[in-house]
Amino acid sequence: MDQALQHLVNGTVLGGTYALLGIGLTLIFGVMRVVNFTHGELYAFGAYMTYAFVSLLGVNFFAALALATLCGVGLGALIELVLLRSMRKADIDSVMLVMIGASLVLQNGEMWAWGGVAKLVPNPFNGSPLVLGPVSVLPLRLFVLAVSAALLLGFWLMLDRTRAGVAMRATFQDPETAALMGVRIGWVNTATFAIGSGLAAAAGALLGPVFMVSPTMGDLVGLKAFAIVILGGLGSLPGATIGGFALGFVEEYAGGYLSTEYRDAFGFLLIILVLALKPQGLVPAKERIG
Amino acid sequence: MINRRSLLLASLATPALATRGFAADPIKIGMTQPLTGAVAASGNYVANGAKIATEVLNRAGGVLGRPLELILEDNKSNPREAVASVEKLVLRDRVPVLIGAWSSTFTLAIMPKLIEYKVPMIVETSSAARITTSGNPWIFRIAPTSEMEAIAFSGLLSKFTPAMKKVDFLSVNNDFGRGAAEKFTAALAARGIAIGKTETMTPEATDLAAQLTALKQSDSDTVFVTTGVEQMTLALRQAVEQRLGKRIVTTGGSFPDQLLANPLPPGNDSFHILFYAPWFPERAPHPAIARTYTEEWNKKGWEFAGLTEGFRGYDAMLTVVEAIKIAGKPDAEAIRAALWQVKIPGVNGDISFAKEGPAGQESGQNRPNVSILKLSEGKTSLL
Repeated sequence: MDQALQHLVNGTVLGGTYALLGIGLTLIFGVMRVVNFTHGELYAFGAYMTYAFVSLLGVNFFAALALATLCGVGLGALIELVLLRSMRKADIDSVMLVMIGASLVLQNGEMWAWGGVAKLVPNPFNGSPLVLGPVSVLPLRLFVLAVSAALLLGFWLMLDRTRAGVAMRATFQDPETAALMGVRIGWVNTATFAIGSGLAAAAGALLGPVFMVSPTMGDLVGLKAFAIVILGGLGSLPGATIGGFALGFVEEYAGGYLSTEYRDAFGFLLIILVLALKPQGLVPAKERIG
Repeated sequence: MINRRSLLLASLATPALATRGFAADPIKIGMTQPLTGAVAASGNYVANGAKIATEVLNRAGGVLGRPLELILEDNKSNPREAVASVEKLVLRDRVPVLIGAWSSTFTLAIMPKLIEYKVPMIVETSSAARITTSGNPWIFRIAPTSEMEAIAFSGLLSKFTPAMKKVDFLSVNNDFGRGAAEKFTAALAARGIAIGKTETMTPEATDLAAQLTALKQSDSDTVFVTTGVEQMTLALRQAVEQRLGKRIVTTGGSFPDQLLANPLPPGNDSFHILFYAPWFPERAPHPAIARTYTEEWNKKGWEFAGLTEGFRGYDAMLTVVEAIKIAGKPDAEAIRAALWQVKIPGVNGDISFAKEGPAGQESGQNRPNVSILKLSEGKTSLL
């Protein structure tokens, strides 16, 4: 029972992490129909920016997280303006190829700038775990979970309650009609890509101090993010959240009770099962926000 | 006992020798290491060790009157890339001898190419037994096998208080990790220690909570962790979070150096099987060589704890150069034959090769030294 409770806590923390990874990716696909292969690299970029601000420039840890996220927003806007804006009428395959190329450039740029050796980001939290009965968790992980939840809620409110959110949803439903209604499609796309990129950078900024920062850290994360989005339903914000937690719990319990050797395989087995039974993902299109 | 020891000690312990002018073309030495990817930290340390050995040796006159040129290729922590890197080194750069490839998985992937191209390779890190028992006569390993490490470690069990009674394993799921778990199981069981669970992790895994929670349920007193530096650091940090409550011993010679500047909370000491402890060069078998290596490394301003792995590249270069000297020419077959005659002092200890594997196809295996380092709140001490 003690072990099950600890797995529940671990799965919740891991699921929150996965949900945060998934929402930025699904937001961009939902609004722009762009498969963002740079998502994992924007995650790594956020982590490196945090490292640079904290370890090299001596910036306060919490300020560094915000600055790293803003850098991610800026880089995302730049990618949209330079690479994607001129390709708005291009087919999805061409856009995917450009994004794969951009991902390779970003990863190699990180290797060139930082070297291949992983970095540890110092943080102000106590290194000893908080203990509640049979379960334990690091304060840093709880902070990451709380910020992830706040970001999820904040972006849901932004999409649901603000004019910018209405513009994004209108663009998703029918770009031509939205444009006729006065929505500036170009700026909606730039804002969407920038926000999605900022979320990826925020995930990297938050998780860099939990794990370690390396140029290839985005590879596995990119793969998981795609798995989460496919599991939840492409373009669905609640789907990405549910998919993130579902994947986190399956990996944690299967790893803990069945086999750590095939831990990742159980996650992908879940995706195969969901897609076989519900090809649109866990949250069908009509329920989607983005 | 060791031929040429005095001469080599004199040259290697004197880094201030004036750089000689070379008229001849350099002798190329190829090296493949994981400079990026999951085990990049270790690969860069080993590559740095080889670089400073090249500088020290060139200052001492090179070999056969020619300078040495180290040609480094990144195998990207990937066996396919490891094979590609060797093809580049052999076919494009025409190197007569190789050093590589850190992980057993990468080395095993490369081995058929050594037979195909007839080029010898010094294996500086990989520990899987079958590297030297599978009948590849182009392999010469200066690193210990997991079995050697386990047997040497079992001779030091009395240094642990309280005594080990039951152990578990947390191993990276590749040849290195599984091989270490198997050999340590055999060596410790032979000493009457009970064996519990073995949990594995993929090389890229960053969240090890499921594995550590499962290990926490075991009634063992010690967990042996086998993986690269990055994952080792994560395992130690996450063991604190999961309140593992067991002694942790890491194998394979890697050291989680980032825990020096970012120490674990008090009461979370760890033990590390090392082949060179740079904090204590005077305790090395050849202190003068160890000091030269350590001083040259520090002059570069590199991460101090990288010395724990960098010595592999340093010793590998010393071995290669001695073999070229004996061979009298930078020719692959001549170097292979000469490697059997190498007897030199290195940072880890004396280097020479004994035959292993099927008759007529033997590989060379050195017998290195092992020490145990304790890490407590960012401070190190030798057991």
